[in-house]
Amino acid sequence: MTTATTAATRPVPLSLDGRVSPGTTVRNVLTLAWRNLVQIKHNPMELIDLSIQPIMFVLLFAYVFGPAIGGTVQDYLPIVIPGIIAQNALFATMTTGFGLNVDVTKGVFDRLRSLPISRIAPLSGRMLADTVKQVWSMAVLLVIGFAIGFRVETGPLHLLAALALLLAFTALFAWASVYIGLAVSEPEKVQIFGFTIIFPITFLSSAFVPISPRAPEVLQFVMRNNPMTHLVEAVRGLLVGDQGGGPVAEHAAISLGWGVLMAAIFIPLSMRAFKRRI
Amino acid sequence: MTFAIEAEGLVKHFGETRALNGVDLTARTGSVLGVLGPNGAGKTTSVRVLATLIQPDEGQARVGGYDVVKDAHRVRQLIGLTGQYAGVDEMLTGTENLVLIGRLLGLRRAQARSRAAELLERFELTDARDRAAKTYSGGMRRRLDLAASLVGRPQILFLDEPTTGLDPRSRGGLWDIVRGLTDDGVTVLLTTQYLEEADQLADDIVVIDHGRVIARGTPDQLKTQAGGQMLEVRPVTAADHVTVARIVGELTGAQPEVRDGLVSAPLSDPAVMPAVVRRLDEAGVTVGELSLRKSSLDEVFFALTGHHAEEQQEAEDAQAESVKAGV
Repeated sequence: MTTATTAATRPVPLSLDGRVSPGTTVRNVLTLAWRNLVQIKHNPMELIDLSIQPIMFVLLFAYVFGPAIGGTVQDYLPIVIPGIIAQNALFATMTTGFGLNVDVTKGVFDRLRSLPISRIAPLSGRMLADTVKQVWSMAVLLVIGFAIGFRVETGPLHLLAALALLLAFTALFAWASVYIGLAVSEPEKVQIFGFTIIFPITFLSSAFVPISPRAPEVLQFVMRNNPMTHLVEAVRGLLVGDQGGGPVAEHAAISLGWGVLMAAIFIPLSMRAFKRRI
Repeated sequence: MTFAIEAEGLVKHFGETRALNGVDLTARTGSVLGVLGPNGAGKTTSVRVLATLIQPDEGQARVGGYDVVKDAHRVRQLIGLTGQYAGVDEMLTGTENLVLIGRLLGLRRAQARSRAAELLERFELTDARDRAAKTYSGGMRRRLDLAASLVGRPQILFLDEPTTGLDPRSRGGLWDIVRGLTDDGVTVLLTTQYLEEADQLADDIVVIDHGRVIARGTPDQLKTQAGGQMLEVRPVTAADHVTVARIVGELTGAQPEVRDGLVSAPLSDPAVMPAVVRRLDEAGVTVGELSLRKSSLDEVFFALTGHHAEEQQEAEDAQAESVKAGV
């Protein structure tokens, strides 16, 4: 043990800052986003999670379901690629709750909150990092889709609009994940919860197959009004044009409305869970 | 005399549980205050209030002269916290963990890196600096955690059970580190359930049980306060311990405790010793071991609370866990 430089050898400034400045807040958020991204370097599994899994989904759906559902793989790609992009985005929101739960259970959250940093930075930094991961996954899906024949039929602005819609929706939807992350006792439960909720939501929609008129009427009703259906139809319309799903703007607005509703429910719930947990 | 930490009448509820029930404590600037008590006694909750992580329902506290509720941001600029669960990011390397804290504290990248290198060197983690913290041993993690709490050169350091779960060697190493810190004038508040640890490190001790302070003083004062000395008798024939206990009980006026054939009882009047020897001799008991010594802190704890630290700890482990998990 060297005794060279130790704590409190430096005179402490007499006037301490009373609050965090906006500039510091931005810096704190960026630093904590960096922290959540640099982790990937040491945990290649996460990269596999972010890349291999979506690729596998695309290939399985396109080549196994595509020909079976009717038509060719090429006919199915405009249907399934937007569907998988939306589904993947929804699943990816669970990383927010998972990471938050790990931080809280491991004591990292306490350490961060004991520092003179912006109070919103720990969560905002994580959400920013998760947004970057979302963009990465969407890019991977578009590239693999392109490789097997999927084409954006509209234009770059429409593509950007689709990505913006997905990011906005997932940012709102992520509050459910935050709540789950704070409410359950261990990280694994976040995944179980997420899977059991998101899996049916994504499949009870028009993400992978059109809503069949031969399905039970109740099911048709649920599928038609599932926010996921609205999200997928909007993204699909923005990427490949009208596929008979209805007006894009309306679907986009309804899906965002659902997102706002989710956030309105889960932000207060999260705040309450946070106070109870911490 | 100035106090780096002053708390008055702290009360904190978690649902039905009254975790703090009016805790008063003070730590002199530059001293080590040991907060001693079993699990679930309110040690961690006290630290969390003082480190601005939670707000008390009642009472007030000042750390470094600033109110922990009204001036929380200023308090945070003065303190370092090492929690019960090592608060390091397991996915980051040792260096990255410390650079992260440095950057959050407003250091430039180069400054943060050199501060990290300096602390890693000091805590003998240089060889492991580029490995993810999840590969570290328990002792290494605690050292990294402690290093992280020192990045900002705090004046006041909270160590919440810093050695729980460590092997004796790592524990000794951590003790040396804490001693080194006080040499620099840092005020340390250390919670522990190990009486020996408080004895070793603390200048002053407060004993907490069921959310309130039940005793305070220097380690020596506490030992004297609770009966002063202990009489211990071990008969050669284990079966004789009943007779021994009866005789010791009669003469000391205390209820003797029998553990592994050793009969012990607190003793206030050393003059009883010869009488004990005489009575044992009359009763035909051959004594293998007979001693008079200063009470240990464990016995002090027993005298103060009526139960041993470890017993209650086990009983309350489950409860404390469920409170923590928020279930």
